[in-house]
Parts: sequence; structure tokens; C-alpha cells
Amino acid sequence: MTSETLVEISDLNFSYDARPILKGINMTMKRGQLIAIMGGSGSGKTTLLRLIGGEVMPTSGYAKVSGQIVHELDRDALFEIRRKMGMLFQFGALFTDLSVFDNVAFQMREHTDLPESMIRDLVLMKLHAVGLRGAHHLMPAELSGGMARRVALARSIALDPMLMMYDEPFTGLDPISLSVIGSLIRRMTDTLGMTSVIVTHDVQESLKIVDYVYFIADGVIAAHGTPAEVRNSVAPFVHQFVHGEVDGPVPFHYPAQSYHRDLNLEKALV
Amino acid sequence: MFKHLAASIRGVGHRTIEGIWQLGHATRFFLLVLLKSGTSFRRFGLVIRELYYVGVLSLIIIVVSGLFVGMVLGLQGYETLQKYGSESAVGTLVALSLVRELGPVVAALLFASRAGSAITAEIGLMKATEQLAAMGMMAVDPVARVVAPRFWAGVISMPFLAAIFSVMGVLGGYLVAVVFIGVDAGSFWSQMQSNVDFRIDILNGFIKSCFFGVAVTAIAVFEGYDSPPTAEGVSGATTRTVVTSSLVILGLDFILTAFMFRGI
Repeated sequence: MTSETLVEISDLNFSYDARPILKGINMTMKRGQLIAIMGGSGSGKTTLLRLIGGEVMPTSGYAKVSGQIVHELDRDALFEIRRKMGMLFQFGALFTDLSVFDNVAFQMREHTDLPESMIRDLVLMKLHAVGLRGAHHLMPAELSGGMARRVALARSIALDPMLMMYDEPFTGLDPISLSVIGSLIRRMTDTLGMTSVIVTHDVQESLKIVDYVYFIADGVIAAHGTPAEVRNSVAPFVHQFVHGEVDGPVPFHYPAQSYHRDLNLEKALV
Repeated sequence: MFKHLAASIRGVGHRTIEGIWQLGHATRFFLLVLLKSGTSFRRFGLVIRELYYVGVLSLIIIVVSGLFVGMVLGLQGYETLQKYGSESAVGTLVALSLVRELGPVVAALLFASRAGSAITAEIGLMKATEQLAAMGMMAVDPVARVVAPRFWAGVISMPFLAAIFSVMGVLGGYLVAVVFIGVDAGSFWSQMQSNVDFRIDILNGFIKSCFFGVAVTAIAVFEGYDSPPTAEGVSGATTRTVVTSSLVILGLDFILTAFMFRGI
């Protein structure tokens, strides 16, 4: 592991009960890099973020953050390293009993001794970055889905983490917000020198901003490369995914018995 | 036949093991809540906020129920006691019934239905919407920040609510017996004063309500935290909180009464 590497994932395996989700994943994420993880629904992308954050334990292998094997840390050490991480959850996960302002201020109040006047300024700056400074007094129930996700983004970057993980950051955003949020993620990664990991299905938007892409299918890394390599790839999996084609190695249907048999049409066909 | 019998026995064994495992899990969680209670006392504002939701918002149901239970006790007590010419003892009957039994027990049952179910639903929904996971990812322990303040708010609220229930019940009894029926007010209060003992009756009732507060709130926070993160899971957990709390309150009441008033 070089000094430039912030996250190192080595031979990582994870199973729910006996069902393998991730099989032998190897990845390296450098400081200041913006990385996209793509793959079909249920391919284990979110699980990978949870493994990096220490929310779940791997079956074997490890995820190292800042030189520390995450699943071997005790609770205090894990919380210490999590203070340097931020995570945008798939559905925002805003605290519904707190206002937009208090949601963004939450970590500052929990982890710092900053005076309330400074917290106010910082919160308004974070909200301004996601275009919701004027909504600081609203409660989460008063926000649309897209607004809630933007507030969640402001909350997750509240303490300028060194590692930011975004789970589907573009879902539910209108085209203007999508473009602004995409640029914001890129700009923060560059200016703060943080490492950003995006789990996303939005191929075109993410290819515009990321440095490197990993494709996960059936629990393994099916392909990886820079955005230019991905766009020009002739690998059937990458081509199908990037161009959203129905035919290809990624099946649209969940495994099932014959359609005719399910509809009792076999006799009619004979 | 034999297969069915074997399957039934296996089922009973499986449920027993599951029950014991769950009890152990709940005990560990309870100890964890106690261990993580430091934050609740260092930042008592968190508990005060929950006291409002758990205690103050339960007041209306406690006050109204206490008043009506006291009125019914006054009416029934008068009807029975007048047959023996002891209607002046109606104040004693109302007060003893309330401070020893009905106050702590009925207030705890109402508390379980109103506040216990709300605590379970809130924590369960926070889990289902990943708010607890998000808190954990922000290096804030959800047991210390969310569960413990609600637990202590419940424990603190319960004795006060039981006391308010008893006071309202006595007032209800007074309204019916003295104001409506015409029992002598002096007899009503003096009999009560001379027959209700502070240590044996009031203090024991207070101790009971403390036990009920711990039991109901511990069940409520555990069921919420342990609930499956789905709508069905939260709904089931809320139901379990009310049912389990009610049974535990009644069972505990019998045990505590046996110790307190029979000296077992």
C-alpha cells in the first residue's frame, strides 16, 4: 500500500447466510481520486460501501482505510476513523425529528466544540453549495425526494471528510440539480483532496466526472478502467451496461423456470 | 403419525430455544443501554426533550383515565359500602385502591399503549429509514444518542404519571361521592388520611411504578431497535411492545404485591 492509497480492498468476500454477495474483490483507491462503482441491482455495490465503512463484517479478506483494517478495529477506533468518512445513503436517511439546519449541524454539534455562530455560518455554506440555503428552516417531511438527498449530501460533507461514499447520489434529481451535484462532487474531491466513491447507475453523468470505474457483476469485478477506456470498450458486459442494451451477458430476468410452463401453455404448444 | 409428533416436538423445541435466545439478546441490549447511559446524564437536555414526548404528551390520557376510574370507584364503593353503613369509608377505599394497585398498574398499561408503542414505532422507523445506520456512520452511537435518553425519560416519567393518575382518581372519587352523592367531605378526607399509610401504601405504589417504568420502556426500546426494517416489522414490534408490556406489568404487579403487602 503506497502513501497515496487511502482505501485498499484485498480478496474481499462477503455472504448473507450462505448466499455469496461479493467474491474476491480487489480495489485500490488513491487520495484525491473519484471512483465510480457500477453494476446491476443487487450486485453488491452498496454492500461494498458498507464493508468499507465497517457497518458489516467480511466473510474473508479485508478493506483497509488509511492503513487500518476496518473490520479488525474496536468500536472506539472504528468511530474515530468514521469521523473522517462521510456517507450519502441511498434514501438520504435524514433525521426526521430535526430540521434541515439541525440535520446538517448534527455532526458539528456532536464532534466539535465550535460556537453556535460558527456552526450557523458553516451550515449555511454547506446548504448553499447544494442550493438549499433558503430551505434551512424546513423539516425533512416538507422536502421533495431530490431536495432531501441534497440536504443529506450537505450533511455528509459537513466535516469535510477524507473519504466520501455516495450511494446513488443522482437518483431522483432533476437535470439541473444532477449536473450541479455532479460538478460539486468533482470540485470537492479536487479542492479538499478527498477520495470519493460513487455507487451509481447513472452511467453518462458519472463518466463525465469520475477518474476510474469498476463494474461489479455476480459479486466479482467484471471490468474496470478510465472513463475513456470504458466508453471505447468492446467487452460485451461493459458495452451492454454503458449503452443500456437489453441483449448481452447481463440478464434482465431473475432466474426462473420456462415462461410457458409458468403460464401452463406447454400442452397448448404441443 | 410419528412424523407429525416429531415435527411438533421439534417445533416446540425450536420455539423454546428461540425464546431463550431472544431473552438473552434483550438482556444484553438492556445492559448495553445502561452502559451507554453516560451521554444521557452528561447531556440531560436529550432526556428532557424525550420527557416531553414520553411524559407530557401522555398526561391527557392519564388525567382523563384517572378521573373516570376514580369516579367509577367512588360510585361502586359507595353502592357497596352503604349496605354496611360505612359510606364514609369511600375515601379510604378509593385512595387505597388507587395508590396501591390501580394507579401504578392502569397508568403503566396506558403508558405502554401510548408512550411505549410510540417509542417502539419511532426507533423502528428510524432503523427502517437508515437513520440509525447514518448516525453510526457519523461516529455517533445510536444506543447512547437515541435509545438511552428515551429509556431514562420513560423511567422518570412513569412514577409521576402514576402519581398524577392516583391524584386525579381521588379527585374523581371526591366528585362522585361528596359533590354528587353527598357523603360528608370531612369524613371522606379524614378517613383517607388516617387509613392510608405513607410507607406501606404510597411508597410501595411508587416503587411499583418505578419497576413498571423500567419494564415498559426497556421492552419498548428493545422491540424498536430489534424490529425488522420493514413496515410489517415495525407494526409487529409495536404490537409486541403493548402485549408484552401489559403481560409483564400484570405479572410483575402480582410478584411485587406478594412481596410488599404479604411479606413473602
